[in-house]
Amino acid sequence: MNFEKLKASIQDMVRSFGLPRVIIALFLLVLFILAPFVGVNVGTSLSDTLNRFGMNAVMVLAMVPMIHSGCGLNFGLPLGIIAGLLGATLSLQINIPGPFSFVLAILLATPFAVILGWGYGQLLNRVKGGEMMIATYVGFSSVAFMCIMWLLLPFSNPTMVWGYSGSGLRTTISVEGYYLHVLNNLLSIRLSDHLVIPTGMILFFALLAFIIWAFLHTKTGTAMTAVGSNPVFARASGINVDRIRTLSVVMSTWLGALGILVYQQSFGFIQLYMGPFYMALPAVSAILIGGASVNKASILNVVIGTFLFQGIVTMTPSVMNSMIHTDMSEVIRIVVSNGMILYALTRKTEAVR
Amino acid sequence: MNENDAPLLEMRHISKDFFGNQVLSDINFSLKKGEILGLVGENGAGKSTLMKILFGMDEIHQTGGFGGEILMNGQKVEFASPIDALAKGIGMVHQEFSLLPDFTATENILLNREPLKYTWLSEVFGERMNTLDRAQMDDISKRAIGRLNVPLDADMLVSQMPVGHKQFTEIARELSKEATAATEGIKLLVLDEPTAVLSEQEADSLLAAMRKLSDSGIAIIFITHRLQEIIDVCNTIMVMRDGKIIKTVPAQGVVITDIARWMVGRDVNTSQRQTRTFDYEKSPVILSIENLWVNMPGETVRDVSLEVHKGEILGIGGMAGQGKLGIPNGAMGLFPAGGKVTFEGNQIDLNNPRNFLDAGMAFVSEDRRGVGLLLDETLEWNISFTAMQVQDKYLKKYLGGAIKWRDQEAIEKETQAYVEQLEIRCTSTKQKAKELSGGNQQKVCLAKAFAVSPKLLFVSEPTRGIDIGAKSLVLKALRKYNEESGTTIVMISSELEELRAICDRIAIISDGKVFGILPASTDSAEFGLLMVGHKQGGSV
Repeated sequence: MNFEKLKASIQDMVRSFGLPRVIIALFLLVLFILAPFVGVNVGTSLSDTLNRFGMNAVMVLAMVPMIHSGCGLNFGLPLGIIAGLLGATLSLQINIPGPFSFVLAILLATPFAVILGWGYGQLLNRVKGGEMMIATYVGFSSVAFMCIMWLLLPFSNPTMVWGYSGSGLRTTISVEGYYLHVLNNLLSIRLSDHLVIPTGMILFFALLAFIIWAFLHTKTGTAMTAVGSNPVFARASGINVDRIRTLSVVMSTWLGALGILVYQQSFGFIQLYMGPFYMALPAVSAILIGGASVNKASILNVVIGTFLFQGIVTMTPSVMNSMIHTDMSEVIRIVVSNGMILYALTRKTEAVR
Repeated sequence: MNENDAPLLEMRHISKDFFGNQVLSDINFSLKKGEILGLVGENGAGKSTLMKILFGMDEIHQTGGFGGEILMNGQKVEFASPIDALAKGIGMVHQEFSLLPDFTATENILLNREPLKYTWLSEVFGERMNTLDRAQMDDISKRAIGRLNVPLDADMLVSQMPVGHKQFTEIARELSKEATAATEGIKLLVLDEPTAVLSEQEADSLLAAMRKLSDSGIAIIFITHRLQEIIDVCNTIMVMRDGKIIKTVPAQGVVITDIARWMVGRDVNTSQRQTRTFDYEKSPVILSIENLWVNMPGETVRDVSLEVHKGEILGIGGMAGQGKLGIPNGAMGLFPAGGKVTFEGNQIDLNNPRNFLDAGMAFVSEDRRGVGLLLDETLEWNISFTAMQVQDKYLKKYLGGAIKWRDQEAIEKETQAYVEQLEIRCTSTKQKAKELSGGNQQKVCLAKAFAVSPKLLFVSEPTRGIDIGAKSLVLKALRKYNEESGTTIVMISSELEELRAICDRIAIISDGKVFGILPASTDSAEFGLLMVGHKQGGSV
């Protein structure tokens, strides 16, 4: 009798959480249990997972506004990242060392994010129904365009430009001396030599997540969700559908810009040129694994999805590598992350109309 | 029974229900060789369902088949698919053309039935390498066109034809089906509103062609809304209403008024009929529409001028496709529109729903699932959304109005109140709109409109696709709302009886124009006449 009840309640839980998520979570758990037996330090693994979570979560969060307004998954995330890169490089050019350079980078990235996002939004309003395909190519072509610009723009800070010619930006630029680990080290908790919780970075994500959550509870946020749910209904309720969609794209682009800055301060480098090219897919996959559909997503989807995706991508290579005693962690990482992307894209569901 | 005496087609005790919703009951009729049967009835009377049964369409089999039997030449037949029906010599010409635009008339007429020539390539590669026998094709199509006796150029591309010729091409295709080993020659032709798209002249030549076919022994079932044509060309007239045959009479001596009366029905339930007399002329004009045109596909409004008085319930009726639905959709701005709409003395800019809503009007769309509801959201959202966005209801304001926070409590309370008031059947106010039945969804749409407390409410086809119980509830709710809060209501419906039951005046729209406005108490035959395009009397 009790067993029956337990079974029913477990089934209920599985259904509400979603079977794919349960399986991935169990797999992740197995990896953590296996880790000590093959000589991988659990503390380090956990620390890495949390770190990668913090680095990527904001970019996953950038998916939410566009999903809500019915613009689909933001495959054009590289555009937002480019706004962030412009903010970062300009901040370094102005050359104020220390944590303030991070704030400056955010401030400088914002106008670019707004302008680029507005134009991107106008474009997406003209291709309703085919947003995701167009978005993908907006991302790709903007990366290609910026490849030219990084060489031509008159940056001069010696830490950034090519040493031999004195002009044109390098492919990777260190942020050491500027905003390296500003969020990671903020209020960070050192539990042991191996386990460090990057509190500041996670708090920063929590702050942004709260802002988005709160926004979705306001009048305009409600309109955004309705536009995504049924644009004709929204129009018949007096909503300017195109304006709401543009707003959502601007928000997504801005979050993408902030996302890459958070990523850089933890990673330690600004990656230019082809760096942003493949950034959209892991973010898209993470939110899909988190249980979002093409026009429904919540903050919880972001948190769960990012944690599971990054957890698997962090843990699988290190555990597998230790098990087979050959260094092929990079190969495994590529296989696993692309496998996860492939899986996530097959999970892509659309709500009924 | 001698086979020659047996009627060509006989349908006995045909009945059909769609999931418990009876659409046809006890249909009996027979058709002799060469007879032209005129089939008339309002939209939804069951004409097309009857024809689908005759053709053995998949739709019928998939929804549980039908009752009764079909006999041809005295023998029971069962059609598993339209192909069987075609093989038995029944042809159908649809309202929509199924022609290939870049093929000539001949090619369309003989599509997939072309006579073939055997060539040396066929010897090697099999029959797929046979070539078309053009000479014989021309011969067959000319013969088929000749039977129609119309000036149709067999070599003309369909895309270049006037619409009437397309219709003739379709008919010629059916006629060209001569007896072969597998199939029988054409014996019975069903024409579903063939004249709807034709000019008067074209329609006349079609009617002449029909008589010619009938003389050659082909029986025809002719479905049309143009009653004069029925009287002109048919031998027998069959009137359907609400899934029953109301009348089967010889066409001779019948006048249009009779048919119109049979169509809309006079033996209606009068107990439901309203008794109030609303003196609209004493009440000021709240909304005036002048020369409105609306480009709504399938419901084009050409030139409508209307005045709506404060406090009345104005009905707008008419046949489907005549433009009655375009009026509210255009006024609200959901479809491109032009003209002048004045509400309470202020002119409303068209083509922007916000202006319409801001002025204090609301619209319940006929397209519930497409326009009326957020199917994936809760009832709370569906009911509160419009009022929240347009009138800032259900919002808590912080920081001097900079932050407008959704007031969940107020939304829940309001939704609960509407659920009780309109008897919406749901598990909770958090249920998703798509999980409700059609009638309850319609009530949610009404609640959404009531929530903005409109001064004038457009309701479009409020009872379409919902069962009878919900129908009367919806109508009662509208009436009550009108009486209690004094809201002016403009109700658009294809069901005349429904309009007569709750409206004060009824405007009939035909061909995108107002054909007449009569008090609801007028005899239904007069409305019937207006609906089929006969302008007689009627104060505009």
